[in-house]
Amino acid sequence: MAEIQGGGGEGGKKGGKVRSKKSSTRIDMTPMVDLAFLLLTFFILTTTLSKPQTMEITMPEKPKENDKQPEVNEKKVLTLVLGANDKVYWYVGITEPEAKRVDFSKDGIRKVLQQKKSEIRDMIVLIKAMDESKYKNMVDILDEMTINSIQRYAIVDITPADKEIVRETR
Amino acid sequence: MHRTTPSIDMTPMVDLAFLLVTFFMLTATATPDEPVQVSIPSSVSEMPIPERDMIIITIGKDNKVFFTVDGQFTRAKMLEEMGKQYQVSFSPEETHDFAVLTSFGIPIQTLKQFLALGREERKQIVQPGIPVDSLNNQLKDWVLQARLANPKVRIAIKGDDDATYPVVKKVINTLLDRKVNRFNLITGKEALPDQLKAAKAAAKKPA
Repeated sequence: MAEIQGGGGEGGKKGGKVRSKKSSTRIDMTPMVDLAFLLLTFFILTTTLSKPQTMEITMPEKPKENDKQPEVNEKKVLTLVLGANDKVYWYVGITEPEAKRVDFSKDGIRKVLQQKKSEIRDMIVLIKAMDESKYKNMVDILDEMTINSIQRYAIVDITPADKEIVRETR
Repeated sequence: MHRTTPSIDMTPMVDLAFLLVTFFMLTATATPDEPVQVSIPSSVSEMPIPERDMIIITIGKDNKVFFTVDGQFTRAKMLEEMGKQYQVSFSPEETHDFAVLTSFGIPIQTLKQFLALGREERKQIVQPGIPVDSLNNQLKDWVLQARLANPKVRIAIKGDDDATYPVVKKVINTLLDRKVNRFNLITGKEALPDQLKAAKAAAKKPA
């Protein structure tokens, strides 16, 4: 504590001399407290609470010239095309698919993914980003994969056929 | 009758205040000033970023690419090797200036002129970004030299919401060319949706 008590007083009564009352050595702490709170306020305000997180992604190795690509059943393939203005086009299969357009909201792509996940066993999702799509869209769609716990997905290049399908949907 | 002075013992409060001050002082980290402001997208991922041994490739809103790696020794060594490769020699002062620099987006050919500028002047300059074209891909060499200088280094991409996909693809392809298949995307935090919790619970049950 800031108060310091003087030593035991018994020895001081020699010769009947009356001592002045011991003044307590109390320090005025107000300026120090002011400073402490100033610093506290400063540090609280400058601290960034939400530290950025990371999302780890693992890309497959680039295929070599004579590598054989694994064949998949086209009925199990769900293709998501990330288009301009935060839109996603999706279709199942490869031959003459019918594409539909949704957005990134909870009732948009997430509903589609959940529905298709329960319909198709061992679904494979191909993510194809168009040149107009934003980085945010890519992160969002990868995030949807995590949210809907879809394990098999890949980011692949868009083909002219995909662009054609998307154009027809507009 | 004894009259008490109306004074409160402030000591516990002061103790607490100083404790908090100490806590915030120790946890505070100075944020380095970056050449571009990046608004990062959010995700449900909850993995913290490693604080050391990181290459951070920043993609700005205008699709410019910036590069940084931590560790002054790593940076100095990286610059020396890059200088050899591109036939640009850097003086010890320039190397030191480069080592304490934060993120940069300058082609190596003009890096010397950039380092000659003062601290304040550097902030004024609009940096053109590191070339990532297939013909002139300096990012590829920076990544290689940074990894040679510090083999423990990990790579993270810090992209802006509005960076367009082609440039992101170029950066990712550059990394794949360097046989970096595993890397991080830096994202902000987002609230976990109910679906995820439900999906997690459902995943535990056999289908």
